[in-house]
Amino acid sequence: MIGATPPGTRDVLPDEMREIRAISDRLRAAFERAGYGEIWTPALEYEDVLSRGDERAAGAGYRLFDERGRVLVLRSDMTIPIARVVASRLNDVEPPIRLSYLAHAYRAGEDAPAQSREFLQAGVELVGTPAPDGDAEVIALVIGALSDAGLGRHRIGVGDGSLYRGVLESLEVPEAERHALMEALSRRDLVALERRVAGLGVSRAARELLTSLPALRGGPEVLDRADGPVARAAENLRACHELLAERGMAERVIFDLGLVRELGYYTGAVFELYDPAVGFAIGGGGRYDELVGRFGRPMPACGVALDLERVHMAATAEERLDREAGRVREGVS
Amino acid sequence: MADAATGPRDDLTIAVPRGALFAETLDLLERLGIDVAEVRGNERRLLFADAGIVTVRPSDVPTYVEHGAADIGITGKDVLLEQPERAVYELLDLGYGRCRMVVAARAGDDAMAESLRRLGSVRVATKYPRIASRHFAATGRQAEIVEVKGSVELAPLTGLVDAIVDLTATGRTLAENRLEEREQVEVCTARLVANPVAHKLKAEAIDVLVARIKECNGCA
Repeated sequence: MIGATPPGTRDVLPDEMREIRAISDRLRAAFERAGYGEIWTPALEYEDVLSRGDERAAGAGYRLFDERGRVLVLRSDMTIPIARVVASRLNDVEPPIRLSYLAHAYRAGEDAPAQSREFLQAGVELVGTPAPDGDAEVIALVIGALSDAGLGRHRIGVGDGSLYRGVLESLEVPEAERHALMEALSRRDLVALERRVAGLGVSRAARELLTSLPALRGGPEVLDRADGPVARAAENLRACHELLAERGMAERVIFDLGLVRELGYYTGAVFELYDPAVGFAIGGGGRYDELVGRFGRPMPACGVALDLERVHMAATAEERLDREAGRVREGVS
Repeated sequence: MADAATGPRDDLTIAVPRGALFAETLDLLERLGIDVAEVRGNERRLLFADAGIVTVRPSDVPTYVEHGAADIGITGKDVLLEQPERAVYELLDLGYGRCRMVVAARAGDDAMAESLRRLGSVRVATKYPRIASRHFAATGRQAEIVEVKGSVELAPLTGLVDAIVDLTATGRTLAENRLEEREQVEVCTARLVANPVAHKLKAEAIDVLVARIKECNGCA
């Protein structure tokens, strides 16, 4: 067909573009105000750069060859390119380094959602500030930026990306089983998870921990129920909660000890952003203390990325809710 | 719907599957104290705002729940296996609606083995192309999957395929068409699924519901 675009890509026309631009301008202004300088990186990276950051990141991308036969990949996120920049071009800059971006990223392959394989991300990376201060700064920034962009109902789910894996390791669950359990958890199949856990040769208390963790979510009180092998992660999240409470942001936070993110480079806190007006996450991120080190400059770091089209959908859905609520108040409905 | 928030379902919208799981699902909701009289008495209506219920085809339940049009839903494991890309939480095995996904072939001969031996691959008709191709791939056999929309049993009788992959509860339809079960692929029951965002933002309501279903299933 003449005029078709590849699957998962689309044109954006002026009416929509104006609205997306209005949102991205406000997000960028919020990032800039907080001291996060904006950068660009190439849309194309060498494949070994992306796979150095995360094996799955390179596998999920579009690949092509340059004139010398080297394999190039369309970036699947901005975090790995920024880790590369921090360890190379910004090698002589003292931490903390605060960077922001507004850029397209690309994901293809079986796991990629069919709707968008090219998506526009707005995000920040804070390199050189460890947990919990770095986590709290990034969380507070993204919550504030979304408010600036016009959202009113958004919340952030905060968990720990290494938590479940760590519990499995501390219980000395065999590698093959561990993999199957992580897979069930990331598919969010709690029925399969529970059955596999029942078949593990571990204590009753351990089984209970493994099945109850994915359902532990809510206010800071869920952290009190996390003990044993998860106490250390809970302690970090609690410290993070205190810092956010000081900034008056605590009620936007939902702790979620079952939260797992798709990419493997997360080492600590992980985030996911929600708006009750839409049924999907509108962004996410987390702490990746080992990633920058893989490029030769070991430094703690954390970041978050928003999917601009999804933020736009959430803003539109919120407007509709507000209109409906307004009609109900006036008794028109 | 905010005025209905005082009921036991606390503001949750539930996607209920019409079809084989319909009656038992309504029984379950009734045991939970949700008023389903209106749903039972209304064949054609689809949306029941007061009860917080939408009725949809079983295979559409994951779609409604993934997009948040319903917070939770009930559907068969077969549907979930056929749509693995749907981002929904699978919270509970509800136990009812038990049936089995099987490979079946014509009784009396072994067309499947002969095709594999002489042609290197087997032709399989199914309404569940992804479950079928996964099963044959996992068992190391080449299979050409032929997707049909209904009456799968007819396909091997007419020589269209060597075998079928289909859902069976009693095995009666298979037997009536002189087909016999050769392999079991999966046991499927009704499952409770939740939208990932609702699972966080309406955590309490969902947890209460899950706990009460566990209680009810224990006493039923």
